[in-house]
Amino acid sequence: MPVSVLLILGMGAAVGFISGLFGIGGGFLMTPLLIFLGIPPAVAVATQSAQIVASSTTSVLGALRRNALDHKLGAILVAGGFVGSALGVWFFAAARRAGQLDLVIVISYVTLFTIVGSLMLKESIREFWHRRKGGAVRLRRRAGEHAPYLGWPLRMRFYRSKLYVSVIPILGLSLFIGFAGALLGIGGGFIVVPALLYVFRVPTTVVVGTSQFQIVCTTLVALILHAVTNQAVDMVLAILLIVGGVFGAQFGARMGRHLRAELFRFLLAILLLAVGLRFGLELVLQPEEPFSISVQEVRQ
Amino acid sequence: MRALGLFLLLLASLAPARAETLITSLSNHRVLINSNYTGTEIAVFGAIERDAQTVARATGFDVVVTVRGPRQFLTVREKERLGPVWINQDQQKFPSVPAYISVMTSRPIAEITSDQLRQRQKVGLESIISANDFTYARDGADKPFREALHRLKAQEGLYIENERGVTFLTSDIFRAGIPLPATAPPGNYDVDVTLFADTVILARTNTSFELVKTGFEEQVGVVARDWSLLYGLATAVIAIFFGWLANVIFRRD
Repeated sequence: MPVSVLLILGMGAAVGFISGLFGIGGGFLMTPLLIFLGIPPAVAVATQSAQIVASSTTSVLGALRRNALDHKLGAILVAGGFVGSALGVWFFAAARRAGQLDLVIVISYVTLFTIVGSLMLKESIREFWHRRKGGAVRLRRRAGEHAPYLGWPLRMRFYRSKLYVSVIPILGLSLFIGFAGALLGIGGGFIVVPALLYVFRVPTTVVVGTSQFQIVCTTLVALILHAVTNQAVDMVLAILLIVGGVFGAQFGARMGRHLRAELFRFLLAILLLAVGLRFGLELVLQPEEPFSISVQEVRQ
Repeated sequence: MRALGLFLLLLASLAPARAETLITSLSNHRVLINSNYTGTEIAVFGAIERDAQTVARATGFDVVVTVRGPRQFLTVREKERLGPVWINQDQQKFPSVPAYISVMTSRPIAEITSDQLRQRQKVGLESIISANDFTYARDGADKPFREALHRLKAQEGLYIENERGVTFLTSDIFRAGIPLPATAPPGNYDVDVTLFADTVILARTNTSFELVKTGFEEQVGVVARDWSLLYGLATAVIAIFFGWLANVIFRRD
């Protein structure tokens, strides 16, 4: 793939900076950027998973040292994530064989990013509004009020997270994240963190560490499965992305400490919507070259 | 004596079909391409020998050099409009086509020989691609796919036709330079040299060379294909190592 080494390093650093700034993995930005650069979506998705492994390893190690990790909740999340990951890689291979992988990736990005982006945008605008009217920032949900599915059977006690909930919705969430992660080359932190915080109401102190723990495990599995099933992992590209991303993230994290929470959420929402829109255009605009070649097999 | 004289005359008039012999040689039988490199060129040299009895031709010679790379199984897909979106719909399979084709000629191919002979003998890129054995025929539905394959491969520099690609150094010695881009796949490349005069084929030779890719990236590619589990694990270990390293370097507490 004739893509400039410096460009990839620079992009890795820029995306790393943004991900450090927002405290997220950055896969959801890097994979689209790689695709827009002309790297085949299959390679972009599979290779980006290596970068996600690297960046979440850093955060998990940090969380371990600060003891900001719920092992039991993490283990349940990982169990669901593994199944989701395997399903995702299998689906990825099937779509690739059918020649519709690019379409699946683009549609999933558009859907996911439009939904998550507009939810975040709505939330952050509402928060701005409340603040301007001078009212105290409203509580998200009153104490004692639970979503009904948290009381389903198979309830389990998570001491660290002060939770007593059914494992079914937790497994469902992690299954979905594992699936989407393997298919789209994202860690899924930007979905897991809000879900754990607002739906399951896991304390903020353990949320990031626990979700990063799940991400590192499931993405690791996805990476190896992608290498074996789809042979779409490019080690050289992966190293460039990792090196760029690792340094960028550190500087981003330093900057991020001065950013206000609702401004942060607003910017992130705009970013998600922009990427979704860019993908949407790709789908709707008439392609310059409607034909494409794919190599099924090389005979030597 | 007169009978013998007539016989000799007859022989002389028949003989030209076999009178020219073609001798060709490649500058290399093993070409090395570095993955990062821009590509390379291989030269084909040829000489046309005439035996003493053959009369010199009024029209002069024409040469067509055709190089075919290793075979691939390709699928060409076409994006079509479905509601508001463009998605891949129709497709055409090409079960065994050369990954690389180059046709070098001494003159525009239409001037060298007739349409029919070109079609029958597959002389020229156009005839090779439109030949029946190139892909399945589908009542003309295959035509846009053949054209698309030609266009896309030409953009990558893998399907080439150059009507000034063969140069005559003297009236019977020629040379052709065959460009090989860095994207040309490794494998065996067949070189077919055909000699024409006055629209007929006089002689043909076949030879081949091997293209070998070198360089770090190529080695990595081989491991990724043949040792995929090891490759995946190695990538995972590298990723974890860098993650750990970053944690150690940038420790904040």
